[in-house]
Amino acid sequence: MPVFSYLAYPVKGRKQGLLEALSALAHCNVVAADKQEVLLLVTDTPDDDTEKVLQDRLKALDSLQSLSMTFGHRDE
Amino acid sequence: MTVNRREFIKAMALNSAALAAATLFPGITFGAFQGEETAAGSIEWKKTPCRFCGTGCGLLVGVSGDRAVAVKGDPACSVNKGLCCVKGYHSVQILYGKDRFTQALIRKNGKLAPAPIQEALDLVAAKLKESIAAKGKDSVAIYGSGQWSIADGYTASKLFKGCIGTNNVEANARLCMASAVTGFMTSFGLDEPMGCYDDIDYADVYVTWGNNMAEMHPVLFSRMIANRKSRTHVKIIDFATRTTRSSQAADKSILFKPQTDLAVANAICYELIHNDRVNWDFVRKHVSFHKGKTNIGYGTEDHFAFTDKEESSDFEEYKRFLGDYTPEKVEKTSGVPAKDIRYLAALYGDPGSKVVSFWCMGMNQHTRGTWINNLVYNIHLLTGKIATPGNSPFSLTGQPSACGTVREVGTLTHALPHGVVMNEEDRKMAAEIWNVPVANIDPKPTYHTVEMFRALDRGDIRFMWIQVTNPMVTMPNLTRYRNGALKDDRFVVVSEIYPTPTSDVADVVLPSALWIEREGFFGNSERRTQHNERIVPPPGEAMCNTWQLIEVARRLGYEKQFPWPREKYIEEIWNEYTRFHDSPKHRMAPYAVLKERPGVQWPFVDGKETKWRYNPKYDPAAKGEDFHFYGKPDNRAWIWIRPYEPAAEAPDSEYPFWLNTGRVLEHWHTGSMTRRVPILHKAMPESYVEIHPEDAADLGIVHGGNVKISSRRGAIIMKASLEGRGNPPRGMVFVPFFDEKYLINEVTLDAFCPISKQPDYKKCAVKVERA
Repeated sequence: MPVFSYLAYPVKGRKQGLLEALSALAHCNVVAADKQEVLLLVTDTPDDDTEKVLQDRLKALDSLQSLSMTFGHRDE
Repeated sequence: MTVNRREFIKAMALNSAALAAATLFPGITFGAFQGEETAAGSIEWKKTPCRFCGTGCGLLVGVSGDRAVAVKGDPACSVNKGLCCVKGYHSVQILYGKDRFTQALIRKNGKLAPAPIQEALDLVAAKLKESIAAKGKDSVAIYGSGQWSIADGYTASKLFKGCIGTNNVEANARLCMASAVTGFMTSFGLDEPMGCYDDIDYADVYVTWGNNMAEMHPVLFSRMIANRKSRTHVKIIDFATRTTRSSQAADKSILFKPQTDLAVANAICYELIHNDRVNWDFVRKHVSFHKGKTNIGYGTEDHFAFTDKEESSDFEEYKRFLGDYTPEKVEKTSGVPAKDIRYLAALYGDPGSKVVSFWCMGMNQHTRGTWINNLVYNIHLLTGKIATPGNSPFSLTGQPSACGTVREVGTLTHALPHGVVMNEEDRKMAAEIWNVPVANIDPKPTYHTVEMFRALDRGDIRFMWIQVTNPMVTMPNLTRYRNGALKDDRFVVVSEIYPTPTSDVADVVLPSALWIEREGFFGNSERRTQHNERIVPPPGEAMCNTWQLIEVARRLGYEKQFPWPREKYIEEIWNEYTRFHDSPKHRMAPYAVLKERPGVQWPFVDGKETKWRYNPKYDPAAKGEDFHFYGKPDNRAWIWIRPYEPAAEAPDSEYPFWLNTGRVLEHWHTGSMTRRVPILHKAMPESYVEIHPEDAADLGIVHGGNVKISSRRGAIIMKASLEGRGNPPRGMVFVPFFDEKYLINEVTLDAFCPISKQPDYKKCAVKVERA
């Protein structure tokens, strides 16, 4: 049951689009910064398979430039 | 409503991301954070000051059910404007360490055993009575803290000074701020800074005197950096004994030999006069000249006593005195090139630039701490760069309420909430407000902190109650004082939240409520009083320190003096306490105002805060056209003639290194709270000794290798750090004191400033060997 958090950087000018895309994904909570081009993303998936699917979906987002991981937790 | 483990982990994940963002984008805000929903319901945000350093950042604590789950900076607080440091962002995690004290402990057959808190309070009161009956009122003592809430300190002072009648009241601010107090008192006649943090936004030059603000006051340092970025002419000058992160960020780093800041400050004044950079209009109207005793000692012996004797002087005598402090002469003493001394003098002397001097422990933990405070004021007074926006000599505090609780309430042996015990009028005022006979208040101070622990060791004190501090880590020459506390007929009560080396010596441990688990007030470095409400309940039987004191006071028969109902005792204490400060020089904001705002700067008169004192444009107590230093009887600020005198102990052939001790960014003082925050502990898991790479090479020491540090008092072995975040010059080692596994204060010396009685943790002689 992994929980991760990231700083999500949008492609230039596409912060709102990234916010909407991340908000639409299951297992994701997203908070946009007020005046900076960055979002906080928390993912909470029930198992490793779901986590892998989510990772693939994140990689496929064309409004996402990069993710920087800030927190990781996995139940033993 | 409760938070399950999963939601808590997710909240921590979100916090970590927010923290990382705040590190990368200072001042970043997340308005949408406010509306975050968790499975446990919405997060409610409540204001509080941070409970760590003396900056006094405003926080918003996110609460879900009965649990604090998140922190963000309060954008409405002018101190930090929404920014926090790494400790602040993780501050609520200190509530939830696994080994939190949740019930009282009583030592039975040599071991601390759980007991109902009411039984423990009964025992504390009984032992107090027993000691007073057997050995007199001065055989009992209370030792508190700059982390005491104002209500805690006020209640302790009223109980011990007003009711029991002993002046055995001290606080750990003696170890961190006493020299700042005596510096203010001798130069201005009143304690606490004339300026405020807004000075950062007006100044052209910041000079930090032995002050690693990048780690110790990171939010204020960020404000300095932001100003330099937006106003490109702004300069940061780091004047210190070792290279730190502050040095790396500064425009210029100047290193001086330990203790010689006294000589350099005088050399700067020599240069100001020599180059006619004196603001004569200011000096003639607002300054007088004075001198005191010299060769004043170091206090290393029991019962050391010193009283300064002030004599009037004049400018000509001062100028002659400074003849011994030419830049070339001082270069030989201090190691500071004469050109750098002239550079500093030019910065201070430029009539077109505004200068702020910042300092903290480097100047205060100093065997001539009062003097070096005086000497930096001298620079600002000669140039008239004081008490106007951007011109400020500014003494920073290290604890959240060193100013509010210790300096304003007066929780030091000589002090009262207004004035001093030696003054009959001040005693009368206290007796009237406290509803005790004036004869109860002893006109003689007893023991300052070092002497109080010596008295415990000698047996002059038999009962000591320690609240909110960890002296069995922080006392210099620690072994003596720990052995004293452990003697058979001593009784030590410790009010704490986690096990510490101090609770290890306790006969009774009282579990304390943490800051947002009870209502209270702090007072920060810039005369700002900050209220916090009780945001979450304390665990188990943990109890507010103020209420612990009230419970014991009532058991001692002082119900009349402590009548307050539990549902509003903090408000009633505030209303009583502020009667002591009901004048335009120090009026405090009413309770209702403090509850509403993220802090209010005193004097608070006619609904207005005071940002700059002694300046009639801003200060309701100041009279006249430009400046009015009303703290002194001559209505002037005092320039003091103070010489350079050497440290109490200096390196020699047997102990050839200076030992300097201090703090690190991640940990709060002795680490009893921050070491229980996983992310802070992992970032800085243990202490170390910084050593210059060439010294290390000479001694065969490598980075991470074991080093033995020994002095005439003790020795420890710890790992070496070479070219880490701090880098001492050759001949010096530096050790952070946060880690109780490495008690560096078993090595340090208990010498102190004879005027302030504040120990010098920055200078003693040690031997360094590969272990």
